[in-house]
Amino acid sequence: MAYALLLSVFIISTCGLVYELTAGALASYLLGDSVTQFSIIIGVYLSAMGLGSWLSRHIVRNVITVFIEVEMLIGLVGGCSSALLFTLFEVSAYFRSILYLLISVTGVLVGLEIPLIMRVLKNRFEFKDLVSKVFTFDYIGALFASLLFPLILVPYLGLIRSSFMFGIINVLVALWALRLFKDEVRWAKGLAGTAFFLLALLATGFVWSGSILQFTETLGYKGDIIYAKTTHYQRMVLVRDADSLQLFLNGNLQFNSRDEYRYHEALVHPGLGSIKEPKDVLVLGGGDGLALREILKYGTVRSVTLVDLDPAMTNLFRTHETLVALNKGSLNSPKVKIINADGFVWIRENRRLFDFIVVDLPDPSSFSLGKLYTSTFYRFLDRALAEDGVIVIQSTSPFVARKAFWCVVNTLRSVGLETTPYHVYLPSFGEWGYVIATKRPFVMPDRFMPGLRFITPETAKAMTGFPPDMGEVATEVNRLNNQVLVRYFEEEWARYVR
Amino acid sequence: MSADPPDRSITRRSFLKKTALAAGAAAGLISCNPVVPAGRRKFPGRIMGADWKTGHMLLEGRKTAPSATVKTGIVIVGGGIAGLSAARELAKNGCGDFLLLELGGTVGGNAASGANAVSAYPWGAHYVPIPGEEAVFTRELFRELGIIEGYDSKGLPIYNEFYLCADPMERLFIHGRWQEGLVPNIGISGRDKQQYAEFFGMMEGFRRARGADGRRAFAIPLELSSADERFRRFDRMSMRRFMSVNGWDSEPLLWYTDYCCRDDYGSTLDDVSAWAGIHYFAARDGRASNAEPQAVVTWPEGNGWIVRRMAEPLHDRIRCSSCVLNIGRSGSDIATDVFDSRTKTVTRVVSQAVVYAAPRFTAMKTIQDLRDRPSPYVKDFGYAPWVIANITVRGIPAGKGAALSWDNVVYKGESLGYVDAGHQDISYYRDKTVMTYYKPLVPGDPAAERKRALGTGYDIWAEMIVRELSAIHPGIEQAIEELNVWIWGHAMIRPVPGFIWGEARQAALKPLGRIHFAHSDMSGISIFEEAQYRGIMAARAAVNSV
Ligand SMILES: Cc1cc2nc3c(=O)[nH]c(=O)nc-3n(C[C@H](O)[C@H](O)[C@H](O)COP(=O)(O)OP(=O)(O)OC[C@H]3O[C@@H](n4cnc5c(N)ncnc54)[C@H](O)[C@@H]3O)c2cc1C
Repeated sequence: MAYALLLSVFIISTCGLVYELTAGALASYLLGDSVTQFSIIIGVYLSAMGLGSWLSRHIVRNVITVFIEVEMLIGLVGGCSSALLFTLFEVSAYFRSILYLLISVTGVLVGLEIPLIMRVLKNRFEFKDLVSKVFTFDYIGALFASLLFPLILVPYLGLIRSSFMFGIINVLVALWALRLFKDEVRWAKGLAGTAFFLLALLATGFVWSGSILQFTETLGYKGDIIYAKTTHYQRMVLVRDADSLQLFLNGNLQFNSRDEYRYHEALVHPGLGSIKEPKDVLVLGGGDGLALREILKYGTVRSVTLVDLDPAMTNLFRTHETLVALNKGSLNSPKVKIINADGFVWIRENRRLFDFIVVDLPDPSSFSLGKLYTSTFYRFLDRALAEDGVIVIQSTSPFVARKAFWCVVNTLRSVGLETTPYHVYLPSFGEWGYVIATKRPFVMPDRFMPGLRFITPETAKAMTGFPPDMGEVATEVNRLNNQVLVRYFEEEWARYVR
Repeated sequence: MSADPPDRSITRRSFLKKTALAAGAAAGLISCNPVVPAGRRKFPGRIMGADWKTGHMLLEGRKTAPSATVKTGIVIVGGGIAGLSAARELAKNGCGDFLLLELGGTVGGNAASGANAVSAYPWGAHYVPIPGEEAVFTRELFRELGIIEGYDSKGLPIYNEFYLCADPMERLFIHGRWQEGLVPNIGISGRDKQQYAEFFGMMEGFRRARGADGRRAFAIPLELSSADERFRRFDRMSMRRFMSVNGWDSEPLLWYTDYCCRDDYGSTLDDVSAWAGIHYFAARDGRASNAEPQAVVTWPEGNGWIVRRMAEPLHDRIRCSSCVLNIGRSGSDIATDVFDSRTKTVTRVVSQAVVYAAPRFTAMKTIQDLRDRPSPYVKDFGYAPWVIANITVRGIPAGKGAALSWDNVVYKGESLGYVDAGHQDISYYRDKTVMTYYKPLVPGDPAAERKRALGTGYDIWAEMIVRELSAIHPGIEQAIEELNVWIWGHAMIRPVPGFIWGEARQAALKPLGRIHFAHSDMSGISIFEEAQYRGIMAARAAVNSV
């Protein structure tokens, strides 16, 4: 019996260290900066263990019962910790506090274990033997865990599953102790029942941990995820909510089928409608084929070149039934040539001229995207533009990111282009901005093709007026070597979102 | 259309974290794994660098008698920036009758570079600050190479924006996170700030200062600096002493100035003359129409880009793998014996003049007159050893705080950190890059450090470098595809106190008959502009001497 208990010392110390390592790894995984995270976790955990050991003196009676209860509690708390933390990270603003609280609770419980076990064993060994044996098994357990964790658990099981598994082991230790001491334990039946319940719970968690990870993602979206894929370049998620369809790239809304027509009509028709006989069109970005749908409404257009980085994106929008219905199969039109390439690299090599150029790229939220809004990039657009051609650029929200919006305008002007900024209201996005750039002064068309749902001569006229709260502001020119736009954008959106 | 909508159903916070996660996960740089598993290295690599071969070649070559003699107008020894600049100058002025002899398999010297499937990368010099008022030669060259594309109405140069260092330029890893810029600004006290203001204020003063002779106090090329004793006296004290007489003891400020000395001179505050130390901050006054005053130009392969462009039109007069063994007399001409390491033959090149653009310490071995009458100043030319590594990684090294920048430095780090060789790449998505790691071997005695460096094997270097990088990028070891190391035994001249304006350099600058000395060593400061200036001046002197 004594050796059985020593074996459980080994097991529980393994479990204890695994929880600590899991928490540390998870914290650095989610919060970054592993050195700091690990140090803090280890610090909090060790001090909580100290607190646990100290508290053990207050347990005077029923030591073995308490030990069993503690084991089951550790199994529950430690076992569920990873899943809980992963889930809470998505939804809670107090993630750090919860993390440290959970670590402290686990630490206190683990701190109780060894003193309790020593007290159970104190009559079976001499004191010096007892100390040496218990600590030997404790340290061997720690060594075992520290090897097991990086070599087996993380690569083969993952963090969530590992926690559940060690939770199960803790509960099994409790059951075993229950058997060994069934005569000394009070409420043995009740305890056993609880233990089996916990086992079932943890085992379910273990089996379902794959879906827990997925579930944490769905918490971020309102509606059902009908398609999700991590491509080489990004995470694409399609969400259906009632009768609307939304596409998210890296968590950013790209369109909502309820009002995307507003965005795309406003993107295409003012510019394209102003050109007498548009023939050759270039689209940079726009892999969803929705801008393309509008472009193909012009009979004179004979070729459209669409350059989008991600083949997974263009393929999805060429083949997925719902999406093809949405873009009217535009990506499959014989007039369309799809090129999956980097926009900047492509335009730098390009020698063709286009009558109409649509730049429908993600907002400048990172330095790598910011490059696609620089004077250098615009010089290449200018080079690719026919003498009486039109460029249109989606340019974030002039309401939320006023400086960013006008920075795009000023950058286009800095390379000698004439600019016509305008904006529309999109229910899903708010006020949204575009800039038309031309070599000659631009005149807004006074007629549009029939059948449009949003753009009319009246709406078009209204679009170019800017109320004072979105009015022009002085900005620097965005260049490769200063990336001011990304800084404006970050600052303004951060302020707005907060 | 892709910013967060106002009625976002997903928060920006979670988006930022998700993308960070995705980026990190793709990079394989987020570590769930605190223990780096022991075991075999998972990436290939080796030690490169020509230093050790030179002595070998000299030994082998000396035993061989010249098998042929050729004649040329002027011989240029060494194909670094100085030698190439000399060659360009000769060609430009109608003195096309010259031969450039370079020891290495390619020209470039300290501006050497390499390339693999992921990116080109430097093995040494990697940038040039935009040239200022006195750097006329550099401005001319930049115009010729298209680095400067024209001038605006105010006469300010317009730079090719692909060559200007893209933003973000610099970040510093300090207190567990990355900050923008290299001057520490996380966790500094009011006192630190006060001393920053004083220090940078004084440097700004020096930048504008002119001496009694009307020249700028600190100029590039340094030969054009004022001779005013008010400034020159700084050459006789160390930068450390300069800091302390001004009462500056702020730890982050001392770290930063020491970092700058190591970065530009491969030596610590204690070993760099205050004149050189101040020169680093006060000499640069370049301006541009489309860049900030402190801007630099750079390429994936660093100054290797300039080397290639300089060498292209001269290729028929450049001989690589050619080690100059001896420079002696042949009647009234100069006889240069050169060993071709590919054919293992020695050729005698007879010329009227020589531009010696190899490092100055080699002259004591190759020039007959110097061997016969050794200069008492030989020992004054000291060199700092450096180690460079190019590390190809899967994923982009990110981290908490400021985004990956061109130059990535660690506060109180052992090395100077790393430069992202892929930084100038314009593509949106990069899944691999090459990190160029720089480390001057300080603070030990250079000779001892050099010996130790050359005696240290690949595995130990690789281990040291990976260990250092793992501290800022946990788990990076798993992301490494290749890691090569280059050891520069004599990387750069050390501007120790008294060297720049002392006698040794002045004496060494005097031509020996019609042998004219170029090389950046002759300035006591190892930078592009000095190498170029010395090359052009020596070429002009050589032409005048014949
Ligand atoms: C690691 C490192 C980083 C640097 N970074 C920068 C930077 O970013 N910016 C900057 O401006 N400067 C930098 N420098 C300074 C750099 O040294 C100068 O910019 C410049 O390249 C020096 O050119 P050079 O012609 O004077 O000398 P070197 O480059 O030393 O050229 C001398 C040439 O002589 C050849 N040679 C030697 N012996 C013989 C012989 N016997 N026969 C024939 N040929 C011989 C050598 O092979 C070499 O090619 C750096 C230097 C190092 C080492």
